[in-house]
Amino acid sequence: MVPTEAYIILSMVLFAMGAMGVLLRRNAIVVFMSVELMLNSANIALVAFSRHWNQADGHLFTFFVITVAAAEVAVGLALIVAIFRTKQSINIDELHLMEG
Amino acid sequence: MDIPSFADLNLGVTLPAVFLALGTTVLLLIDAFLPKERRHLTAWFALAGVLVSFVLTLFNFGSSETALAGMFVADSFTGFMNLVALTAAAITILLSIDYLKRTGNARGEFYSLLLLSTAGAMFMASANDLIVVFVALELLSIPLYIMAAFRLNNAKSEESGMKYFILGAFSSAFLVYGSALIYGATGTTNLQEILASIGGIVEAGSSAIFYLVIGAALIVVGLGFKVAVVPFHMWTPDVYEGAPTPVTAFMSVGAKIGGFAALLRVLVTALPFLVAGQTVEPVWQNTIMIVAALTLIVGNFVAISQSNIKRMLAYSSIAHAGYIMMAVAAAANPFTADFAARSALIYLLAYTFTNLGAFAIALAIEKDDGSGTDIKDFVGLARSKPVLAAAMAVFMFSLTGIPLTAGFTGKWFVFQATMQAGLVPLAVIGVLTSVVSAFYYVRIIVNMYLSDGEGDEAAGATPLVNWAVYISFAGTLLLGVFPILATNLTETVTLLASVAP
Amino acid sequence: MQSLALIAPLIILLPSLGTIINFFWGPKLNERFSSLIGITASASTFVVWLVLFSYLNGNYYQPAIVDLPILDGWIRIPSVGLEIPWQQRIDTLSVTMMGFVTFVGTLIHIYASGYMHGDPRYARFFAYLNMFLAFMLILVSGNNLLMLFVGWEGVGLCSYLLVGFWFDKKHGVGLKNSNAARKAFVANRIGDFGMLMAIFLAFWTFGTLDLYKPTEVTNPHMMEALASGGGHGEEGAAPANGAAEEGGHGEEAPAGEEGAGDHTGSAAQLVSLASDLPIDQEGDHGEAAAEDHGESASEGHAGPVIAYTDNTHLTFSQLGIFAQAERLAQLGEGETLERGDGTTAGRMINFGAFELDIDTVITLITLFMLLGATGKSAQIPLFVWLPDAMAGPTPVSALIHAATMVTAGVYMMVRANSLFHLAEFSSLVVTIIGVLTALSAGYVAMGQFDIKKVLAYSTVSQLGFMVAAVGVGAYGAAMFHMITHAFFKALLFLGSGSVIHGVEHGHHHAHEHKHDDHGHDEHHAETFDPQDMRNMGGLRRKMPITYATYLIGTLALAGLYPFAGFWSKDEILADSWVAAIQDGKFAGFVALGLFVAAALTAFYMWRQIEMVFHGSPRTEAAEQASESVWSMTVPLVILAVLSLLGGFLNIPSGIGLFSFGLQGVFGEHTLSTWLEYSVVHLHVGAFQPLIAIVSLVLAVAAIILANRIYGSNKAINSEGLDPLEANPASRPIFALSNARLYWDEIYGRLFITPFNRTAAFLANVVDMAFLHDYFHDSVITKGFNGIGRLLSHPIDLGIIDGAVNGIGRLTRWISGGLRRTQAGYVRVYAVALLIGVVAVIVFMLLPVLQG
Repeated sequence: MVPTEAYIILSMVLFAMGAMGVLLRRNAIVVFMSVELMLNSANIALVAFSRHWNQADGHLFTFFVITVAAAEVAVGLALIVAIFRTKQSINIDELHLMEG
Repeated sequence: MDIPSFADLNLGVTLPAVFLALGTTVLLLIDAFLPKERRHLTAWFALAGVLVSFVLTLFNFGSSETALAGMFVADSFTGFMNLVALTAAAITILLSIDYLKRTGNARGEFYSLLLLSTAGAMFMASANDLIVVFVALELLSIPLYIMAAFRLNNAKSEESGMKYFILGAFSSAFLVYGSALIYGATGTTNLQEILASIGGIVEAGSSAIFYLVIGAALIVVGLGFKVAVVPFHMWTPDVYEGAPTPVTAFMSVGAKIGGFAALLRVLVTALPFLVAGQTVEPVWQNTIMIVAALTLIVGNFVAISQSNIKRMLAYSSIAHAGYIMMAVAAAANPFTADFAARSALIYLLAYTFTNLGAFAIALAIEKDDGSGTDIKDFVGLARSKPVLAAAMAVFMFSLTGIPLTAGFTGKWFVFQATMQAGLVPLAVIGVLTSVVSAFYYVRIIVNMYLSDGEGDEAAGATPLVNWAVYISFAGTLLLGVFPILATNLTETVTLLASVAP
Repeated sequence: MQSLALIAPLIILLPSLGTIINFFWGPKLNERFSSLIGITASASTFVVWLVLFSYLNGNYYQPAIVDLPILDGWIRIPSVGLEIPWQQRIDTLSVTMMGFVTFVGTLIHIYASGYMHGDPRYARFFAYLNMFLAFMLILVSGNNLLMLFVGWEGVGLCSYLLVGFWFDKKHGVGLKNSNAARKAFVANRIGDFGMLMAIFLAFWTFGTLDLYKPTEVTNPHMMEALASGGGHGEEGAAPANGAAEEGGHGEEAPAGEEGAGDHTGSAAQLVSLASDLPIDQEGDHGEAAAEDHGESASEGHAGPVIAYTDNTHLTFSQLGIFAQAERLAQLGEGETLERGDGTTAGRMINFGAFELDIDTVITLITLFMLLGATGKSAQIPLFVWLPDAMAGPTPVSALIHAATMVTAGVYMMVRANSLFHLAEFSSLVVTIIGVLTALSAGYVAMGQFDIKKVLAYSTVSQLGFMVAAVGVGAYGAAMFHMITHAFFKALLFLGSGSVIHGVEHGHHHAHEHKHDDHGHDEHHAETFDPQDMRNMGGLRRKMPITYATYLIGTLALAGLYPFAGFWSKDEILADSWVAAIQDGKFAGFVALGLFVAAALTAFYMWRQIEMVFHGSPRTEAAEQASESVWSMTVPLVILAVLSLLGGFLNIPSGIGLFSFGLQGVFGEHTLSTWLEYSVVHLHVGAFQPLIAIVSLVLAVAAIILANRIYGSNKAINSEGLDPLEANPASRPIFALSNARLYWDEIYGRLFITPFNRTAAFLANVVDMAFLHDYFHDSVITKGFNGIGRLLSHPIDLGIIDGAVNGIGRLTRWISGGLRRTQAGYVRVYAVALLIGVVAVIVFMLLPVLQG
């Protein structure tokens, strides 16, 4: 059986990749995908822990995370569409009307 | 595992929040089926919903029960937080009705979103399980993302929503991961059960303690973002500036209510004895202290150099998050935990009235195109609108913490709690930074009363907005003169679980 | 007496204070005040040194270890057993180093106050010089390898800052200067890698970085001598105590008995004395002994109370790295010893995946140390930076790149003599590198025209002498040469600075003159190089003081009797000879190559004298040159006196013919005996008349040869060529030397070009794709500018004017500064958030990790 630690390491790697994606990518959609990656890495951890403890709480949590992620995507895509209409661009670096 | 019966769910105590959450759905339908000329009624339905929920909360107040298989808790803490959140929602509705109309964004879904977000804050205050914390947090946040971008075809508003959304989602990913790690360490997501299993983990000396501590850290990050404490505060000024002003007003209190409720609940109930080495002490106290100190310093100092009232209030709200964070730090000490939690509640209530009032006046002098939010626009207001100027002066005094205002009451309790917990340096920083804060608050008063210039006609000061100002004004003064009103309500608040260390 | 050593931290704090004052307030002060602060800070370190010196003399040369009270440990992670205290070691070796560092440093500060006159960054220069002193003193006084490394890096940083000090000179000179600084930095990084590896290896092997633990006896051999009462008499004269010796003999007896008693091991006595460590001489025992014998207390030299003459009572883990290494190396195959904490140690050192014998480990450590030394002390293969480093102001060349910093590598190897003693292979490599460096640098120095370049290669060559001396085990000779070299090389550099100053002055003068007379003169445009010896000549009459002192420096460097260089160079040669002939060491034979290097030294130095001072002026600048100001000439004179007398510090025994009764005044082997208290494997060698005569003859012959070639105004022929260059027979030899053996070109081919190509690939492909400009601009540049402003504003506005303008302005300023972090970019906020995440996790984990 694959040890739980292996899953946790995998999830941590994915989480770090997601975080780096948020930091480094400019395309808003890719940034969202990176955030999704972070949430899903948490899902991996949750499911792995759930198996480790031999109970369902982690799975339950995972479903909630998936649901919320879906809601976030819906809102996020709507925002992107709105911004694209105004700016003709989804480059998040071009969002700096306000600073200081 | 037994399947709980319907009665076991104990739905009665969940009613205030559940009613509001379900009510929003109804509200959406009402808005959809109302004839166009009657659409303005949606807001009043929303206000009625808030009032019903308020009454329901009052009926439940003082109980101490769990519901939904232990995931939900209804006690004085929840009750008080609910009252504060509902007050904020009600005042925000009053502010929004005319504002949305005159800026051309009068759409009924706004109120549904507002109520959903309020329900989110209420659920956070009732959360007794990490899953609920997460779901409630998202319920609080997602409507806020939308509301921040609510001004159609307005680049600033859209930018504001986008920034908030990206960073908010980013931070909630940390929260989820932190919850996952805590679950991994303890095998449960229930706050009381987490507390119960910590002792075993520490005794076993296993690596689970690392999961636990990192998990706690990530939860602090996720919630710290919501309440805008340094270094997770950077979104605040941009989002506050770009969002429609009523949304900003609600965001500045609603998100803090939910965030601090969950932060206190998780840290004090579930993780009060995260053990460091051989000594029993909460490992998070130092972190929270540093965060509080940084927040106080950054918030108060940067506010000085702002020229936009909304940005200034944004930094001011960061600074106030720092004061509440002081109470959280004080709650790390088991002996002062309850008192600290109570002081945080009182501070939140005082801050809600004062801050909403300040935003109401900022909204009153704002022009329809969103301009007119400069601090210079306050020049001469004492001559053109003496009542509003007087109210604004009181709000500014309250935010500074001058006695006989609500702000003083809140600060007094928070500093008291901090001193009792032995965090003298933090209290000193708190006092010193409030002195600094006088710098920028008083500047508004100086502008209104002492600077020469044509006063603004305050086009936004419609009767509804004036009512919002009056309510805030009354709350600010009442709480300042009769602090006992708040202390009575918080008397029974306790967050410590019955499990002894 | 013990308490005297407690002022040791001041020797670092005082120059640090000077740095801070000059760095922050310097721009507001005038030149007089800046230089006064710099000189005072430096001179006060010399005063501290005097106190430390008298402490050692009054304390039987026993080392003291001084903790900085407020620092309380420095680095301590109990859970992994890591403990590196901030301790200064006051022993004869470190005090010797401190002595010439503070003394030469002070002189050079005085000199620089004149030399740097009119420079826009005058105060900054003194801030850097003081900072250098502070780091150098950390380097030499640290009691562990990490402090040594801190100092090592610090002096490297100061060197970098000072080499590139004139980075803003016009006409591409500034670029050249900063390139030179960069080269020095890079070469030193390679050396530092070696140093770090040595430190890591040492820590892994010994579990500590302390050179010696506080309770440890450094040199048992000397302690036994002290205990038996004849410490000084046996080993030769130690003048500080010579006078007291007769009165002291009677009283030393009881102390000696006590020492012997300890040695036989009365347990009770051991315990009672353990608190009364060997370094504490003012205890009751000494006084009681004096009274018993009815002597007057004022005669006082009751002899040291010696609790332990060796370290046999200490467990393994109570020892520093050197003593641990010696114990491990003495173990037989399969033997183990108790560490003292319940574990055992054997010959085999476990490195996780593999094991190495202790001898191999020590060889590795010493080789890595050697790599470090080749960087700092400019040896093959890393010496290329030192000649370029002459781009810095001349006082810097004199202080850092001749007298002090570059000797750090040699100091470090002398300090680690116990390890080098155990590692014969490393010692051989050390010798080979030293000799090769001495030879090749000496050869290259022959063909240079830049006055400072000649001196730079000469420095490299002399450092080669010292390194070779370390290799043959002549640690005392290496230190001796280091000291005398500090005197005469500082003298020569300062002299060359005086010459450059004079010629530059003359150039300006001539230029103005011409201008008035003939209007424009294209030849005197910006191409004039005041450091080029071809532009000099005949300065003897223009700059008499500089000439006289420079001549003394030259003769000392050439090794003529009785100048300082004669004694020290001769000791290296004599020790090599003994190592080769008597001990049959291969390293000794290699070291005999130094004879050639010595002859080369005399030759190129005399060539320089002829080119610069003799003959007739070759340019109008030289014609118009004038003597420098007093603040520059006074240090020259002082250093000239020391170059003359410095050699008497360590007159060898058996000197016979050369004696003239000098040892009656100065004593024999003064320096070696003094150093032997801290350098375990130092051996005092006898004088070798044959060597002395051969080296003298070689030096004189080289000078005569140089005089024949370059004398009587032939130094540069009419075409601007060197006589050797003009003669077809010797032209290739000269050309190779002039081209500096093509070292830089070889490095360019082998390393720099491939490296640049790789860098270009990384920059264009990897960096552009990943960290595109935006991230750089907004996060790094903006952040950096923000920090820069944050840092610069309180200096420019806040602190100076703050008292006047009140706290309000400061508050508003802080507000503005913090506000700038709010760049408006989502990504920046996300970065801040992530940093916060890491910080929160670290903060929360700390107590758990500590527990």
